[in-house]
Amino acid sequence: MMQMAEAHPLAHTPEQKTPPPRRHISPKLVDTGVQIGVIVALAAIWEFGARYGAINPFLLPPLSTVLERLGDDVATGAVFIDLGLTLYRALLGFFIGAVVGIPVGILMARSALVRWFFDPLVSIGFPMPKIAFLPIFILWFDIYDTSKIIMVAFACFFPIVSATYAGCMGIDKWPIWSARSMGARDRELLWEVYLPMAMPQILTGLQVALPTGMITTIVTEMLMGGRGIGGTMIMAGRFADSVGVFAGIVEIIILGFIVVKSLELVRRRLLIWHPESRR
Amino acid sequence: MADAVITPSRGGGTSGGNGALFGLLNVALRFSPILVLCVLWEFLGLSGLVAKQMLPGLGEIGSEFFRMLFTGDLLYNTARSISRAAAGLGCAIVVGMLIGLLMATFRSVRLLLNPIVQIFYPMPKSALIPVVMIWLGLGDSSKILLIFLGCLLPVVVGTYNGARGVNPFLLWSAASLGASRIEVLREVVLPAAMPDILSGCRTALAFSFILMVSSEFVIATDGVGYMISSLGDGGLYPGMFAVIFFVAAIGFAADRGYAVLVRRLLRWREA
Repeated sequence: MMQMAEAHPLAHTPEQKTPPPRRHISPKLVDTGVQIGVIVALAAIWEFGARYGAINPFLLPPLSTVLERLGDDVATGAVFIDLGLTLYRALLGFFIGAVVGIPVGILMARSALVRWFFDPLVSIGFPMPKIAFLPIFILWFDIYDTSKIIMVAFACFFPIVSATYAGCMGIDKWPIWSARSMGARDRELLWEVYLPMAMPQILTGLQVALPTGMITTIVTEMLMGGRGIGGTMIMAGRFADSVGVFAGIVEIIILGFIVVKSLELVRRRLLIWHPESRR
Repeated sequence: MADAVITPSRGGGTSGGNGALFGLLNVALRFSPILVLCVLWEFLGLSGLVAKQMLPGLGEIGSEFFRMLFTGDLLYNTARSISRAAAGLGCAIVVGMLIGLLMATFRSVRLLLNPIVQIFYPMPKSALIPVVMIWLGLGDSSKILLIFLGCLLPVVVGTYNGARGVNPFLLWSAASLGASRIEVLREVVLPAAMPDILSGCRTALAFSFILMVSSEFVIATDGVGYMISSLGDGGLYPGMFAVIFFVAAIGFAADRGYAVLVRRLLRWREA
């Protein structure tokens, strides 16, 4: 953009006697440049270190070999099957966790009975290593998709409930009272006051839950097999196919990045009215 | 975050025997839903609605737990697991705090490390299980490395955010009073960043348990995760349930213990 403006004849108007002010590059741009440079340098170290014998290529295969494998996987479509399966399990489990967790959180804030029942369960369940329960789900729901998805939903449930509950409890009583005094019924109160006002917290809970769901999905796939990126990677590890393992790592990094960033985007879209997006 | 839900009953248990009794009653009432679940569990098992194998009786699970406790199986494996988790987490806390502080203090370090943190932060660390398996084999070191790598970034990010968020007036006044850069770090930045650092460590603590159990499921010959999977594979379900509940309880206790410790460490803030 800048260069185009400079090349344009109208950029140097005749009345401009003093030399044009030195275009200074914004420090932000420099930072970005340096950071991209760091990534490129790392990639180069990886590539050449592995290729020219500084590192055992079995322990760290050269980047180009890994990317080649990635290209092959993309060409054969294997990567889309794996990532698709993983994403399907992670997102469905996350979705179930949210669909159950958000109403429970709201009800906990509204009803003493629900709060009495769920408060201790959530406060015990939140800090527990949920993955330990996987063998129970395997026992109950067999080793196919059902148990994986239920495991993910179980892991996602706790951060979502806890954030929703905290969000609803933190709502100022004035808007609730004013809504009431203007004749809002329970349903309207829920949609017009509770949900929007607790939305930032609920979204934070979802943002904690989504990576948790991804981790859980990959671990369950590693433990139970049945394709998916985790299953494929553990198979590669068992067959000493280190290129396959590192290709899996690169795929997971890309997938994780996309998933986390898209939820951030959703947050910005949903909270466009909120002061936090005006920063 | 869990604290948002936990509302410890402050009523009652203040002082004196009567207050303590009242507090105990309060706790019992608060956790009575667990009892409801237990009754439901027993009922489902006894009524035959669910296969006995799927839902072994609580008595059976309990007796199996004590049997394993007395033979020393459980204690040995727990010690193995905990020592791995502690080694990985300990290293991660020390190294992570150092990196976080350096990133907050020196622009060059920040520029150098920020892209790496950005790339690896959203990555599920359990994906590294096959990698550490390739690197270090099936022994202890692979699991310790995995836990270290998994716990490192939460500590780094917590420390960095905390150190960056320090009120600049504090830094300026310390500097104007003649504190050297190291002294400013030690006396001002570190204490001011402590709450963020400690909450980063709490996330890391949770990760260390998850990674400990899941790596032991996949690659191990001892430890609680191995115990669970071998009992499950052998069809010894009461034992499996017992160990699972035990692991869950340790995870819970560790987090709660940490919360108490943090309240201790940060006592100066409330005052």
